[in-house]
Parts: sequence; C-alpha cells; structure tokens
Amino acid sequence: MLVLIEQSLNGLQFGLLLFLLAAGLTLVFGIMDFVNLAHGSLYMMGAYFAATFVAWTNSFVLGILLALGATLLLGIALEFIALRHLYGRDHLDQVLATFGLILFFNDAVRLIWGPAGLSLPLPAWLTAPVQIVPGVFYPAYRLSIIVVALAVAAMLYLVVMRTRIGMLIRAGASNREMIGALGINIKLLFTLVFGLGAALAGLAGLMQAPILTVQIGMGENILILAFVIIVIGGIGSIRGAFMAAIFVGMIDTLGRAFLPDLLRMVLSSAAASTAAPALSSMLIYLLMAIVLVVRPEGLFPAAKR
Amino acid sequence: MKSPVNARNVIVALTALFLLLLPAYSALTGNIFILTLFTRIVIFALAAASLNLIMGYGGMMSFGHAAYLGIGGYAVGILAYEGIGSGFIQWPVALIVSALYALVIGALSLRTRGVYFIMITLAFAQMAYYIASGMSRYGGDDGLTIYKRSHFGGIIDLSNRVQFYYLCLACLFGGIYLIWRIVNSRFGMVVQGVRSNEQRMQAIGFHANRYRLVCFVISGTICGLAGALLANNTDFISPATMYWTRSGDLMVMVILGGMGSLFGPVIGTIVFLVLEEVLSQFTEYWALIMGPLLLLIVLFARGGIMGVLGRLSRG
Repeated sequence: MLVLIEQSLNGLQFGLLLFLLAAGLTLVFGIMDFVNLAHGSLYMMGAYFAATFVAWTNSFVLGILLALGATLLLGIALEFIALRHLYGRDHLDQVLATFGLILFFNDAVRLIWGPAGLSLPLPAWLTAPVQIVPGVFYPAYRLSIIVVALAVAAMLYLVVMRTRIGMLIRAGASNREMIGALGINIKLLFTLVFGLGAALAGLAGLMQAPILTVQIGMGENILILAFVIIVIGGIGSIRGAFMAAIFVGMIDTLGRAFLPDLLRMVLSSAAASTAAPALSSMLIYLLMAIVLVVRPEGLFPAAKR
Repeated sequence: MKSPVNARNVIVALTALFLLLLPAYSALTGNIFILTLFTRIVIFALAAASLNLIMGYGGMMSFGHAAYLGIGGYAVGILAYEGIGSGFIQWPVALIVSALYALVIGALSLRTRGVYFIMITLAFAQMAYYIASGMSRYGGDDGLTIYKRSHFGGIIDLSNRVQFYYLCLACLFGGIYLIWRIVNSRFGMVVQGVRSNEQRMQAIGFHANRYRLVCFVISGTICGLAGALLANNTDFISPATMYWTRSGDLMVMVILGGMGSLFGPVIGTIVFLVLEEVLSQFTEYWALIMGPLLLLIVLFARGGIMGVLGRLSRG
C-alpha cells in the first residue's frame, strides 16, 4: 500500500513534468502550427544552464532563475533568427529544419560542456524526506516539483483563459488569419508564445536535472513522450495535454514498478523478468496507438479549424 | 517540348554512372574505404526510396520507417543465429515479415491523418524497438552479431566486397524501377489522386484507404529488403537500428533530396551521408555544421536538391 502511494506520487511528479514540456509543445504546435522537434533541445539547454549557473552563483534558487531566463532568451533568439521564416511552410520542412537544430544543439553542448554529463546537486533544504501521511516519507525535492508544476499549470490556465493575451492565443489557435486581420501584431504574439514554450521546456529540464544526470541527448527521449502526450490529449489543447500527461506519467511509472510482479503471477519468473522491461517501456506507445485507433483526433481535441 | 538534357537529368545520369563504376575506381586507386562507404549509402538510399514511395507519392508521412530496417535485419540475424544461413530462406522471410508488419500497422495507422499519422507510425516503431530490446535470447539491448552472411548456394558471395556492392546496387536500381512502374501505373495514379483530393477519389468510387494500404505495404517490404542488406553489411543487428532518430534520418534524406521525385532520395542519401563523413573527418563536431546546413537548405532550397535542379533546368 505504502509503495503504491509512493509510486503514484512518482507517477504524478513525472506526469506534471511531462505536462510542462507538452504544454509548450502544444502551444507552439496548436497556435503556430509549427512542429518543433528542437523542443527537447530547449529542455536539455534548461538543464545545462541550471547546472552551470547554480555552480557559478553557488545558489540553487538564483541559478535556477538565471537558467529559466536564459532558456527564455534562447527560445526568443531561435524564433527570431531562424524559425519565424518557417511558419506557414510544410510540416516536413519544419521537421527537417528542427532536426538540424537538434544536431546543432547536441554538438554545441558537447563542445562547450564536454561529452561527460553534469550533475546538479540539491541544496540541503531540498534533500530531506517529508512525512506526507504517517509512515510515508517522500523526498522534498520531488514534492516541490509537484507543487511548482501544479502552480505553473494553474497560472498557465489563468493566463490562457482569463487574460487578453490568452484570448489572443486561443483566437490564434482557432484562426490565425483572423487575428492578424484584426490588427494584432501576430509576429510579436508568435515570438512571445514561442518564448513561453521554450521557458516551459527549460523549466521541465532544470527541474529534472537534479534527479537525472544532465547529458547530451537527454531531450530526445523525453521529446517523444511529449509528442505522445499532445497527440493523446489532442493537439493544441492545454487541458488535453494536462490530462494525458498525468495519465502517461502514471502508466509509465506504475507499469515499471508493478508490471514485473503482475507478470510473475501468470508467467514463469524468468520469462516475466525478460518481458516486463520491454512491456513497460511499450505501455505508453500501446496507449497512444489504442487512443488513436479509437479516437483519431485524440481524447480532447481542440476546437476545429 | 522539354529537352531531356537538363541539369536534373544530367545529375541523375552522372550519379548512376558513378555508382556503377565505383568498384572500378576503388580497385584502381586501392581505396577500399569509399566502396565500404558507398555500400552503406546504397542500402540507405533503397530505404529512403521506399519511404519516398509513401511520403512523396502517397502523402503518408511515416515516422517509423526504421522499424522495417530492424525487422528485415532481425529476420536475417535470428535465422542465422538459429543455423539457417541460406539467403533463399532468410531474405524471403525478411520480406514477408516486413510486409505483414506493414499490413497490420498500416491498417491501424491509416485511420488517422496528418500529424496523427506521423505519431502513430512512430509509436508502432518504438514498440518494435522495445520488443527487440526485450529479446534476451537474441542479444537484447546489445544486439546480435551475425557470424555468417547470407549464402546463396555459391551464385553470389556476399563476403566479396565488390559482389556485395553490386548486389546492393542491383537492389537499389530494381527498387527504383519498381517504384517508377508503380507510380506510373493506374494503381499509382489512384494513390497520387488520393493524396491530392481524397474525397474526390472516394466519390469516383475508389476505396482510398485500400490503395493507401497496399502502397504502405509495398513500401515497408522494400525497406525490409534494405534491412536484410544492412544486416549483412554490418554483420550485426541491434535495436538501435529501429530507434526513432534513425527514422528521422531517413526522412531527412528524402526531404533533402526532394520528396516525390524518383531519384531525389538517392541524391539526398548520398549528400547526407557523404557530408556526414567528410565533416566528421574535418572536425569532431561535424553536427555543428550539418545542423545549420540542413536549416539553410530548408530555408533557401524548397523542394530539396531535386527541386533546385528542376528550377535551374527551367531556367
């Protein structure tokens, strides 16, 4: 039972982290109709910036804030220099261009930080376990990820649903030409949205950094998860991304934790221990395939174009 | 009338000639490396050509095409491991398994369109990747070494570099000829019609998805052949062959060369892999140059290399 609670929290934490990444991706995708494979690179850059700035400033909080700002600026610069010329182009052109950016970022990181990974040590006040219910301790840092991600999700919801900027974003998602015709500076709006997406990716990366090693290519594996999520949730839908992210986080974590034992009940222990890792890695793809076969537009499709 | 002599056709003819004469050059100069490099290029060109059949002509963006490379490769590898070394068994099995896989995932994936299609093909390829990683009898994550290349009863010797190269080249030319025949057949016209206007084709009375599915299966089967060649070339097959970045590479080769042009994928593959090779000799950080180069190509050379050549030809 205790293990179940702990693993569910892990799943929730992973899901929320994925949501941050997927939210940025689905904003850019849904509004600008731009397929950004380099989103994972921004996630990686967030982690590298954090590891560097925390080491420089000797302060965890200050370093993280600097890293967040740096990723935001990087995203805006990227949009300004290269990506804005690709709006309205074929999805495949965007795939090719941003695939090129992945190559570029991976080697740039290798050149600047070297091939070995970095680690981002946690300050003492974040390493202590916290007692959440009697007898159940949970690492403070993971708990803080849950809190931060929930706060960001709420803020994102408020910004998108309750502010003028959010209104324009939503309008942009359903009809890009129209808001341009209304005299809105659509170029600036796009730059802002892209920057916001980049910052969200950076935030996900820097929060994940203390848990995993900061390494080259870390964005690629998780990028695919983020794509899976926005496809399951329905492209352009923040709500869909949220639900799907939690769902995927839970299934992935719980699958890895409990599938071996479950399989052992029906299979021989040797067969179970071979099949379980492969099966648990496959679970989310299986989920996506099933969702798409049943509902080809995803679970919560955004308003029709 | 269009003259057959234009920049595009000249480049294609020169490329074909170059590929045909390469072993002679290699023998004359004693440069074995170039033959090895181009054997790999020819194999990937076949895979890219197969992807172009559904992507360029059928409008189906498969982001999981590397799965067939893996399936074809594992068919050869597993049979070799179990003591069945004959290519007359290995290769047909590789083709049949690839075709069956394409049939199943095609039938499911074709329920979706656009980006959703890209993602569902990716999902199935990732599943194949994880299944291969889980096959502990056949090496799991570490992959499977193939100790003996397929043998064809002494007709052709795959361990002879030149013979193997020509076999790969024959497969490439055969594959492209097949694609050319398909594209220009009534069947191919329907597939291209479905790409441009699905509703209209439905209205005329064609079952759009049936045509799409057949095209998808043919493409997967050709790519499975490339997988069998690849396994024989590297004497090794591992799940990494199926990882999504490899599917991305194939897509890049097709788009770079020019989607929907018969020889575009071949040119794209040559440019991509040669560039990778040259840049990596020049600097360890070759991707630092390759990445922005791809970006520039997208920005300034619409329609890939063949598109640019086509525009040059029109003057």
